[in-house]
Amino acid sequence: MSAANPQSAGRGTSPRGRAEIPDDADPKAIKAIKLRHPYRIVFAVLLVLTFVLFIIDAAQRPAYDWPTVGQYVFDRRITQAAFNTLLLTVYAMVIAIVLGVLLAVMRLSPNPVVKSVAWFYLWVFRGTPVYVQLVFWGLIAVIYQTIDIGIPFTEPWYSFSTQATLSTFVLAVIGLSLNEAAYMAEIVRAGLLSVDRGQEEAATALGMSWSQTMRRVILPQSMRVIIPPTGNEVISMLKTTSLVTAIPFGGELYTRSRDISAETFNPIPLLIVASIWYLFFTSILMVGQYFLEKRFSRGIGDRRPDKNSGAPAPTGTLSIAGVSQPTVLHATGDTGHGSGRRQKR
Amino acid sequence: MTDSTSTRASSASGSAVPMVFADGVSKSFGSNTVLKSISLEVQRGEVMCLVGPSGSGKSTFLRLINHLEVLSAGRLSVDGDLVGYRESNGKLYELQPKEAARQRRDIGMVFQKFNLFPHMTALQNVSEAPLRVKGEPRARVEERARALLDRVGLADRADYYPAHLSGGQQQRVAIARALAMEPKLMLFDEPTSALDPELVGEVLDVMKGLASDGMTMIVVTHEMGFAREVADSLVFMDGGVVVESGDPRELLGNPKHERTRAFLSKVL
Ligand SMILES: Nc1ncnc2c1ncn2[C@@H]1O[C@H](COP(=O)(O)OP(=O)(O)O)[C@@H](O)[C@H]1O
Ligand SMILES: [Mg+2]
Repeated sequence: MSAANPQSAGRGTSPRGRAEIPDDADPKAIKAIKLRHPYRIVFAVLLVLTFVLFIIDAAQRPAYDWPTVGQYVFDRRITQAAFNTLLLTVYAMVIAIVLGVLLAVMRLSPNPVVKSVAWFYLWVFRGTPVYVQLVFWGLIAVIYQTIDIGIPFTEPWYSFSTQATLSTFVLAVIGLSLNEAAYMAEIVRAGLLSVDRGQEEAATALGMSWSQTMRRVILPQSMRVIIPPTGNEVISMLKTTSLVTAIPFGGELYTRSRDISAETFNPIPLLIVASIWYLFFTSILMVGQYFLEKRFSRGIGDRRPDKNSGAPAPTGTLSIAGVSQPTVLHATGDTGHGSGRRQKR
Repeated sequence: MTDSTSTRASSASGSAVPMVFADGVSKSFGSNTVLKSISLEVQRGEVMCLVGPSGSGKSTFLRLINHLEVLSAGRLSVDGDLVGYRESNGKLYELQPKEAARQRRDIGMVFQKFNLFPHMTALQNVSEAPLRVKGEPRARVEERARALLDRVGLADRADYYPAHLSGGQQQRVAIARALAMEPKLMLFDEPTSALDPELVGEVLDVMKGLASDGMTMIVVTHEMGFAREVADSLVFMDGGVVVESGDPRELLGNPKHERTRAFLSKVL
């Protein structure tokens, strides 16, 4: 640039010297000595050292009994229990999500009775520990010996023995899913409320039906708010399955590994085995969650930078916080319950 | 007034039916009466501008026409059909949601905040309703959607998401989206109020084009230049009543009511 500029060439300055001309348009790149952070480096080195020492120590410590760990990781009883844990998680979450959507819609219903029923459900299932609920489900056959189908106060058409009909696995799924549904309801509700009212209005004005509006417009947008906390719920559910020993259903990972160690009198390696499987599943779930979040942030995730500077967003939905938000987001203007992360279990 | 509206509507020949016929239209939210006995007619091909201070009930009136709100009293019909009701043997029956949706198809609405679907591209926004509501084949819908985007000057933005369009471009996509349902009436609720001043013109130009193509339009706006140039009639509302109405040039040049004068002195 200096060659083309007779002024700077005449002065014989270097190109960089042009920046001294007051009305020059070219900004000069900042060249400064970077601020150093010596304590960060010291701290990082200490952390790494501690970690490495721990690993070396753990590898040699006899109590961990790594050979036994290796022996049991792919033991048939363990892999089967891992599969059962996965099944419990999937069944319980699917039922919980369906029921949660239903409860969320009920809570937003204009009908006060429907609303109160949903509220009462949430009050009961969120207000008691899941462990207590599971013990209750285990005692269901004591409370209700038979399940009768028919018109109340008349001779039932069919009568089942509770004990014979409901296996401990089914009870485990029921117990976990009914509890989880209460949490899912709040997540879904926050998601639905996060979508700007104008969206529903625009869809309705185009002649779309309520269910089309829900499926095509509202739900896809609320997914951005629903998926991150739901991913957390799935991971949390995977771990909560270890509580179904309260029913008692003994076929899942934790109980099975305890049972085996009761025979071998060596609990530590089997706890490690169970942890390895839990970690394996949660890692897969985290990857899945990442891709789902990406899929549902289409058209919203990357805004033009020049529009971000304080100007009001063109549509209400754009003002929702980022995709990676791990908490249940709360809709603007809603002062209801269920915001924030709760301490569960 | 009784059931003379529908009698007149059904007995008159097609072209004589006004596009919008409001007679004593009132609306209350709880104890708050927002519209008080509005009576007006919009003829086929007419462009009516609705002006008035904020809170005077303009949006509510538009939403009543589209049955987004339910009428409290009076009669309102679009193209001879009562909005939201069916009448037989002198009794009014509320329409099923499906029938109400069918009525809305023929009425396009453009909002102040655009309300584009942010998870869909411009083309998908325009195609959505014809595809899902009318069930037309995709190829035909997309061809028409592209033509509409071209008409509003956005042929090259078909695959952009709303977040990547300027306000003016978003509002033009919103207009194309409404036109995709081939409406017989277009309602505009302050379509340029959320725009930066330099973007207002491009939206108004699209609306002028629509008007000159003979579209029947009701436009709530503060753009008095647009009203003067394009509107066939101007209605001034305040406090839920029509204060005065008439030819826009006359009304703007020589307002009769004090309230109109006070309002115009603020916006002109
Ligand atoms: N859904 C609603 N519930 C209660 N009041 C409403 C509702 N919608 C509008 N209003 C009230 O009706 C009045 C007119 O509103 P609106 O039609 O939006 O006026 P404008 O569009 O002329 O500014 C305002 O006082 C507003 O508060
Ligand atoms: Mg308004």
